[in-house]
Amino acid sequence: MKWSTNSAWLEQGPESDVVLSCRARLARNIAGFPFVARASDNQRAEIFNLSRQVLRQLDLGQDLLWFDLREAAANELMLLLVERHLISRHHAEMDLPRAVAITPDERVSIMVNEEDHLRMQFLAPGLQFEHALLEINRIDDKVESRLDFAFSSRWGYLTACPTNVGTGIRFSTMLHLPGLKLAKDIDRVRRAAKDMHLAVRGYYGEGSDSAGDFYQISNQITLGASEADILDAFSAKILPQIIAYERKAREVLVSKRSTYLDDRIFRAVGVLQSARIIDVKEAMKLLSRIRLGVCLGRLPDFELATINQLFLRIQPAHLRMMSPTPLRDEELSIARAAFIRKTLG
Amino acid sequence: MKCDHCDKAAVVHEVTVKNGEKSEVHLCKEHAAAAGIAVPTDQPVNQLLTQLVLSGKTRSGAKAASPTCPSCGLTFARFRQSGTLGCPGCYDAFGRQLAGLIERAQCGATHHTGKTPRRAGGSIDRQRLIHRLVRELDEAVAAEQYERAAKLRDQLTCLERDDAPGPAESAG
Ligand SMILES: [Zn+2]
Ligand SMILES: [Zn+2]
Repeated sequence: MKWSTNSAWLEQGPESDVVLSCRARLARNIAGFPFVARASDNQRAEIFNLSRQVLRQLDLGQDLLWFDLREAAANELMLLLVERHLISRHHAEMDLPRAVAITPDERVSIMVNEEDHLRMQFLAPGLQFEHALLEINRIDDKVESRLDFAFSSRWGYLTACPTNVGTGIRFSTMLHLPGLKLAKDIDRVRRAAKDMHLAVRGYYGEGSDSAGDFYQISNQITLGASEADILDAFSAKILPQIIAYERKAREVLVSKRSTYLDDRIFRAVGVLQSARIIDVKEAMKLLSRIRLGVCLGRLPDFELATINQLFLRIQPAHLRMMSPTPLRDEELSIARAAFIRKTLG
Repeated sequence: MKCDHCDKAAVVHEVTVKNGEKSEVHLCKEHAAAAGIAVPTDQPVNQLLTQLVLSGKTRSGAKAASPTCPSCGLTFARFRQSGTLGCPGCYDAFGRQLAGLIERAQCGATHHTGKTPRRAGGSIDRQRLIHRLVRELDEAVAAEQYERAAKLRDQLTCLERDDAPGPAESAG
């Protein structure tokens, strides 16, 4: 493994009691080629090679690691990358020449030959979308100085799916909402987000449930406004509201139901420090309560970044990567429990 | 896209094919209600696309009339099944059909106003600057401030020279 898997985007950031991370992603296609799904094998290989050449010369101030996802050894790596939110599940499951370029701190990831020729993302810890937008824009400028992107003055950047056309930009944020969950108020957030044309998904995207009380929210509109205005509409209105709701719910728990709250938190610590077999769902549920306890200052011995990392490291591909011997499915739950006990001491 | 009966923006778009004859209906909220057609609520984009895709499937008679992209050979009918276009040229080939669909999916937006690639005519800031200068120039001319107008025109010429061969600004 060439990188440490100590993702910079899982560190503490602004508003990180509620906001785990934020992401700005651009969809781009190289002019003169069909979109990936309709390109010939030769054209896909050409896009692959052209991208590798351009990205290799890209000066980002740090390395850009290139992973060819067709290589046989890539199978386990791909699952790991999906668990780390660095490639999409779709990208892992496709069967054509494709790659991902990643900086060692995992802030930058560029998928090659996913639905669009290039999907470039910048991930940052906590809530700092302006930073993410500036960074991804800087990368876009650099790539664009060497490649012509498909663009029309009316529709903007042309994408395989018309729902991304225009700016091609997608902002999304991973929110941790255990307070609203305990207060049984989470449906209000879902409804409010839907009313604002925002998509709500789980920790692992479309279809995944809200494991660990994580909710991923992203903008749907990509056309008719500038990148900065799209961000404003997204981050200025609903996000502060949701963050405030969540903090209010936590305050109420602390002031009115503190015994109940502590019972949830310390019971979670007890189980995770003693369990010998645990599945991913239960582990995430209990880790969520520990994260809540850390944010409320009730667990001074644990660090937020450690807990953030744990959510990832208990996933199957991560456990398999850390294990010296191959793990069968039933051995995963044992390895998971052991790893959590070791980490939480 | 405007309503067939008035100047308001259309929110209902229906394409029907009967006996090989295609007809399109675009209606605003009020006229749609008057015609007894349910007005779509603000649905997530994916759901919207799925619905279009489904309605495309049930109307199999559309096959013969389906437009085709000359660059990649994709038919519009095929696009409705997959939700994915074949190449950048599809946006021109299916321009008319896509316009309504995109407008619905993008909350009424019909034009790109964001970043522009440098090669195609400028960065985000220059584009904004041009917009502002054009507006100021119009104001100056209207107010008969010819000296100011001349200066603004010089600035614009300067910016546009850097841009060459930038695309003409599309009227928004
Ligand atoms: Zn009308
Ligand atoms: Zn095409």
